[in-house]
Amino acid sequence: MSVIHFVLLISRQGKVRLTKWYSTYSKKERTKVIRELSGVILTRGPKLCNFVEWRGLKVVYKRYASLYFCMCIDPDGNELEILEIIHHYVEVLDRYFGSVCELDLIYNFHKAYYILDEILISGEFQEPSKRSIVRSVAAQDSLVETAKEQTGSISNILAQAAK
Amino acid sequence: MSGSSLMDSLFQRSLEDLIKGLRQQLIGEQAFISKALEEICKEIKSTDLSTKATALLKLSHLSNLHFHGMSFAAFHALEVLSSPRFSHKKIAYHAISLSFHDSTPVLLLITNHLRKDLNSTNEFEVSLSLQCLSRIANVDLARDLTPEVFTLLSSNKLYVRKRAVAVVLRVFEKYPDSVRVCFKRLVENLENSDPQILSAVVGVFSELACKDPRSYLPLAPEFYKILVDSRNNWISIKVLKIFSKLAPLEPRLAKRVVEPICDLLRNTGAKSLLFECIRTVVTSLSEYESAVRLAVGKVREFLVDEDPNLKYLGLQALRIVAEKHLWVVSENKEVVIKSLSDADPNIKIESLRLVMAMVSGHNVSEISRVLVNYAMKSDPVFCNEILGSILSTCSRNFYEIVVDFDWYVLLLGEMSRIPHCQMGEEIENQLIDIGLRVKDVRPELVRVARDLLIDPALLGNSFLHSVLSASAWASGEYVEFSRNPLELMEALLQPRTSLLPPSIRAIYIQSAFKVLVFCLHTCFVRGGSIVPSASMDNFPAGVSASASHESFDEISVENSADATVVHGQTHASAPITKASIVNLLNLVELALGPLLGSNDVEVQERARNLLGFVDLTKPEVLNSSVQEKEDSEGKGVETSKIIKLMCDAFSKELGPVSLSAQGKVSLPDGLMLKENLVDLEMICGDIKPPSSYSFSFGSPYEEEKDWLSFSNLHIKEDSEQSNESTSLLAEHRKRHGLYYLPSGKSELISNDYPPAKDPTLQGDINDNTDDLVEITEESLNPKRKPNHGKPRPVVKLDEVDEKPVAMKQPEPRDDSLSSAVRDVLFGSEDIPPTSSRSNLSNNPSSKRKGKEKQHTDPRVESRENVIDRNSSSRRSKDRSHGKERRYRSPKKKNAEERKNTDQKEKEKRHRDHGRHKSRQRAEEPLKVPAQTSVIPDFLL
Repeated sequence: MSVIHFVLLISRQGKVRLTKWYSTYSKKERTKVIRELSGVILTRGPKLCNFVEWRGLKVVYKRYASLYFCMCIDPDGNELEILEIIHHYVEVLDRYFGSVCELDLIYNFHKAYYILDEILISGEFQEPSKRSIVRSVAAQDSLVETAKEQTGSISNILAQAAK
Repeated sequence: MSGSSLMDSLFQRSLEDLIKGLRQQLIGEQAFISKALEEICKEIKSTDLSTKATALLKLSHLSNLHFHGMSFAAFHALEVLSSPRFSHKKIAYHAISLSFHDSTPVLLLITNHLRKDLNSTNEFEVSLSLQCLSRIANVDLARDLTPEVFTLLSSNKLYVRKRAVAVVLRVFEKYPDSVRVCFKRLVENLENSDPQILSAVVGVFSELACKDPRSYLPLAPEFYKILVDSRNNWISIKVLKIFSKLAPLEPRLAKRVVEPICDLLRNTGAKSLLFECIRTVVTSLSEYESAVRLAVGKVREFLVDEDPNLKYLGLQALRIVAEKHLWVVSENKEVVIKSLSDADPNIKIESLRLVMAMVSGHNVSEISRVLVNYAMKSDPVFCNEILGSILSTCSRNFYEIVVDFDWYVLLLGEMSRIPHCQMGEEIENQLIDIGLRVKDVRPELVRVARDLLIDPALLGNSFLHSVLSASAWASGEYVEFSRNPLELMEALLQPRTSLLPPSIRAIYIQSAFKVLVFCLHTCFVRGGSIVPSASMDNFPAGVSASASHESFDEISVENSADATVVHGQTHASAPITKASIVNLLNLVELALGPLLGSNDVEVQERARNLLGFVDLTKPEVLNSSVQEKEDSEGKGVETSKIIKLMCDAFSKELGPVSLSAQGKVSLPDGLMLKENLVDLEMICGDIKPPSSYSFSFGSPYEEEKDWLSFSNLHIKEDSEQSNESTSLLAEHRKRHGLYYLPSGKSELISNDYPPAKDPTLQGDINDNTDDLVEITEESLNPKRKPNHGKPRPVVKLDEVDEKPVAMKQPEPRDDSLSSAVRDVLFGSEDIPPTSSRSNLSNNPSSKRKGKEKQHTDPRVESRENVIDRNSSSRRSKDRSHGKERRYRSPKKKNAEERKNTDQKEKEKRHRDHGRHKSRQRAEEPLKVPAQTSVIPDFLL
């Protein structure tokens, strides 16, 4: 019961960069899904349409630089809307990381998740405003950072250990 | 804190280190990962929360991108979750929503954590918690946290509220009773002016409406307002989705929304919204001609657009329109056909589907020609896609659209020769099916089969083996139409048949057997002296098969005579002379000799049979050829008897038989059934449709044949000496069913079936045909199309026993969620006194419900509160009764419908009423008018 069943980020070489499942898939199914889909999508040429029919569902994908962003929807979902959501996500990533590249996502995979969570909740599109997403992600970051500063410093650890 | 733990936290690998290490791959990925996992296992047990959290983060990375199980860390994730620090919480929530599922054992422990965070003042914590709930909620969580979610639905923080709205969907799904608590607030949010909240609420409703649109009809005015007022494309798209579900249910609603949607269509610049409008119009508003025209105009713009996405979607929209307005497709025929050669395989497939939608009896040959040409040029995948769709379209509903079967059989032959063709099995099925059903096509079928068999190159293509097996079967079964049986024999025995799998080889040998028998028979008939040509008189009169066989035989004799003329100079084997028969026998011995030792039992068995037959006949044939006619009367008799017998055996017709044919056969007088089967017979008697008593295949003898019709396809060699004995033959089939080739098809044997296009044969079986037709009509088979001018040559037998199937058809599932929603929306003013009392006394939630009722429109509707865990046993009994009634048989339903002829709308209410019907039944006749609920015009 969700508009988007899952989100995948796959690199051109077939490496998985992010997976998010809104419908239930077992571990085994997940690997299978990814294998199947990357087989289908990565082999498609550049000037073809962005939709693939797959197991009675539709997968909307779009390539940005070396990354394929894929989202799977029901057959009566709106493909163009999903393309817009993907683009939206990419723009937010871009704004957050400052001209995002694949490496940013590799090293900050959890942040890519957090941003995705701001945009989608239980497979539903949530937040159309880029600015407010970046703002709330940044606000959470600052919460995390202050917490880190408190614990992260060696002196702190030593102080704790000395207790 | 111990020293080691200090060291751990000081020198712990961070996530970044882990990723870097993975990328450097100094020791190989797998090795590195297992090392890292080892570390994580140790770290995650640390007492220091930061260490734990980092370990958890690393673990979720590995689990997510490298698919390593993290179920062992479930409890540790909860520990991290209990940390007061936001950063830890975040990691923990992330890990939990990644890894938890319904059967995670520690799921029960999370409830309090979630509750605490849902009540937190930090909106980000609340959001994390909601996010997590939306992912992992099960029945217990949904039930326990419903109050919190309810509170958050009216939170004044937009950030929280819109998430709470989205989570409601999952909570409803898992715990339908929460509808009673939350639904009102959810509906209130529909009037919110904030686009984000609105978007979330409309999103929830569009999902809910997908499941059970009817329950949400009362909310139509709210949705309508949003549709008209909204300037936000995201929201409009979702509202359109809702209306595309609601409009077909309520014509008045459709009428109201069609204008605003057309306005959107005209004015919007956003393609996604435009497409949603188009789709809504073509799926749900297709009766509104002007709207459809407008939408189709936009579709055309999509089709000619450069963007492949729009083109693809345009084709898809066309396909939806095609169901009701085929003219739209014909108008855009050129674009569609052109798209067949698009670079994008998806577009090609989409346009192929459209082309197939255009196919009709008039243009099928034209379109198939175009498509086959495309298939020859295309890549293997698309080629087979094309072939598959031609095959399925042409064979649909007993070859409904095929008029000229000669053409179709030729086409099948041509298709199997296309290099990429992998549809062998389907072609095989259709060749055999057509052979059985369509008498007129058999000469052409044999010709096509011969062309396929004779080509040694085809034997190398394993995809074609099944086609070849069908060809071999057809040329053996209908050998009398062959122009040159000797050539056929050579084709069947050619050395390259060793490439075939044994099962198909067995069919080849069996067919060779039939051809050989036919050659011998023809030879002696032509010789004139040995077997009198009037031998056919021995067939029992009145069996249509024999009559038709006779005529076939005459034709075939003429055919072979023709062949002498036509092929005389091209091939030595044309006339079947004694010399050529001798050659033939030698050829058989030569080709099959080695197969006597074959490992495959079918092949060996069949080869032995054939060689045995050759041994039996050869000396005599040799003799008679040496002595010519002098001694023919004496010695040839035995041989000719055998040949005659075999020929009779093989000339039984195969025909399609309906799966339920046996049900129509009444028990013959003399047949003794075992006593313990008597009960079974009684049961079978019940199943029989009433028409079966008036239906029979004529004589009792015929019935018996059908009785036996299970076992067999090809008859085998047999030493029975009787001559007049189709019935003995049947006996034999019964006894030696073991030796018959497995059919592989679902076709069974019958002796006669309505002949097609053959007026001369219709005499004594006309009655049967009529019966068949009658039965067909009785069985309510909707597929039948009586609009063909001339009788169709296809023999089809329709299933009579459709009742059990019909009974299984479920009515729309009345699941607990939608019934809960209806409870809330429709209210329950009219509850009968008894049940309302029980409601008030046993049902705590009914109080809340009572409050909500005030909000909803008062509706004339008597129903009970169904979903109630605390309900008394009596009520639950009623409920299960209601369930039974929902699956009642169509017959019963009809009766009921006849009783209540009031309103169409009533039918669906009916289900709901069913629940307390048992109580009401006594007074039902009086209540009927009261029950008819009036559907208010929601928009007026």
